[in-house]
Amino acid sequence: MATKILTEHINVPGIETFDVYRKQGGYTAVEKALKTMTPDEIVEEVKKAGVRGRGGAGFPMGMKWSFLAKPEGVPRYLVCNADESEPGTFKDHYLMKNLPHLLIEGMIVSSYALGANKSFIYVRGELMYVIHILEKAIAEATAKGFLGKNILGTGYDLELIVQPGGGAYICGEETALLESLEGKRGNPRNKPPFPAVKGLYQSPTVVNNVESIATTSWIVNNGGDAYAAIGIGRSTGTKLISASGHLKRPGVYEIELGVPVEDFIYADEWCQGIRPGHKFKALVAGGSSVPILPANLALTLENGDKRLMSYESLSEGGFKTGTMLGSGGFIVFDETACIVRNTWNFSRFYHHESCGQCSPCREGTGWMEKVLHRIEYGHGHQQDIDLLVDVARRIEGNTICPLGDAAAWPVASAIRHFRDEFEWHITNPQEATQPGAVYRGEMALV
Amino acid sequence: MTTETNPPVQFTPDRLTKAQEIIARYPEGRQKSALLPLLHLLQEQEGWTSPEGMDYVARMLDIQPIEVYEVATFYTMYHLDPVGKHVIEYCRTGPCCLMGGEDVLAHLKQRLGIETGQTTVEGQFTLKEVECLAACGMGPVFQIREKYYMHLTNERVDEIIDELSK
Repeated sequence: MATKILTEHINVPGIETFDVYRKQGGYTAVEKALKTMTPDEIVEEVKKAGVRGRGGAGFPMGMKWSFLAKPEGVPRYLVCNADESEPGTFKDHYLMKNLPHLLIEGMIVSSYALGANKSFIYVRGELMYVIHILEKAIAEATAKGFLGKNILGTGYDLELIVQPGGGAYICGEETALLESLEGKRGNPRNKPPFPAVKGLYQSPTVVNNVESIATTSWIVNNGGDAYAAIGIGRSTGTKLISASGHLKRPGVYEIELGVPVEDFIYADEWCQGIRPGHKFKALVAGGSSVPILPANLALTLENGDKRLMSYESLSEGGFKTGTMLGSGGFIVFDETACIVRNTWNFSRFYHHESCGQCSPCREGTGWMEKVLHRIEYGHGHQQDIDLLVDVARRIEGNTICPLGDAAAWPVASAIRHFRDEFEWHITNPQEATQPGAVYRGEMALV
Repeated sequence: MTTETNPPVQFTPDRLTKAQEIIARYPEGRQKSALLPLLHLLQEQEGWTSPEGMDYVARMLDIQPIEVYEVATFYTMYHLDPVGKHVIEYCRTGPCCLMGGEDVLAHLKQRLGIETGQTTVEGQFTLKEVECLAACGMGPVFQIREKYYMHLTNERVDEIIDELSK
């Protein structure tokens, strides 16, 4: 049985309450951290653990923490990014709903390590019921002396605030999130200055994902070296994977990084294979923004080795034959899925969610959506495919925040790997626009 | 934007206390941070985010009304027009569509007799299409207020609408 760092107790009845969580060993990390460790010692353990940002960027968390400026007399802030809105990703929703105290314990330990006395959890507004769960858990922890003034008599104070967002994907970008938290439109800020120097209210701030923060209690209890011993190479520890699409058993699974993609899809422990009677066609491995891969490239590397669920293995081959682990939003397509329709759907998402600040993203996402729409609905032209590639190329890397890249990559990769499917739509419009019509040409199904 | 014909908006005593608690949790001079939470509170009470309500929130936070309007229009969760009793926010994003979300949406529209963005004649239901609701493994999904309805089928949609129509 694989190691479970986050979800070991998730099925214990009542685990969302303080008392049951405590009985399962909860809040021991707070006691250990506040009573026996200095903040710097905790930062050191997180560095040793090698845990990488679980929101999608994969930046080493300990390094991010060590960049935090510490000017005298200026407050510092920890902000938890719980704005998870990437299509295909729903693990933070699952974690907060079922294990609110795990996140709160992580927030206390992390805030102490960073010297923050007021910390925020910015939750997407759609999850109002989760916000109520978190608020209830915070009230419980405060009543038990684990939050508020003079926690456990150690002299450390922490106020934890749950902030509802207003329903904008862009607020998952850390500087847009900070703008939103300050009561403004969620427009990303130019960097530098980075939040570690000037973040919330122009004060030094760390922004971390829910899953990243939730790992810190285990690291405090067991040590950074123990965490680094799990996983593979620089992909240390475990990862929550949100599995959706044409799987027999979709859901959220905690895996040790390094298991083969093939096992994750087919093993009984996880997704149990493609839904009965169907074949595996394509995979989006890390949320809608990462490049899509055809089944054969999803399962194996160019040299024939099995592809693994890790940051390095998934990106092996670059964007030509690889993809990214991203946020772990694992979307599986069988042969009934139309790649053109799905690409148009994702494009519509990015067009809708662009904040409109940078022209390439504001205009480009709209153009891509329009062109994809006309191809899908049988009005495409031969030159449209190259036009899409060109527009995607002009958005990528030319915007303040990575939403532009996120919009460009799905389109560019779908054309790279499934160009014949786009061509079929353009040359056979009548057939392609029939309800449920899908290209059945030369395609490597597994 | 307030006109004499529209009644002024005010939080109920309970909500006013809640609003004051929310404002107090931010550092001195940073009360604008309370804007999104107060707009949620306003919409919960009024059913939608009216111009009068936004003006009221602006006064409460001591900011210009335009600062409220520009924020309220940026985020998708604030209904800037009156809506029906139940607002159905239907996920139209990729993973839900893979699980038949588009067919179920077509059925829902037919059942309600309205298109996206419209409200049924008797004012019971408003239908909105939204982007990803973060429940992709359980699609198709829609949300009504704080409740998620998952693994939707045509039959399940009918049951839900029957139940809510009672």
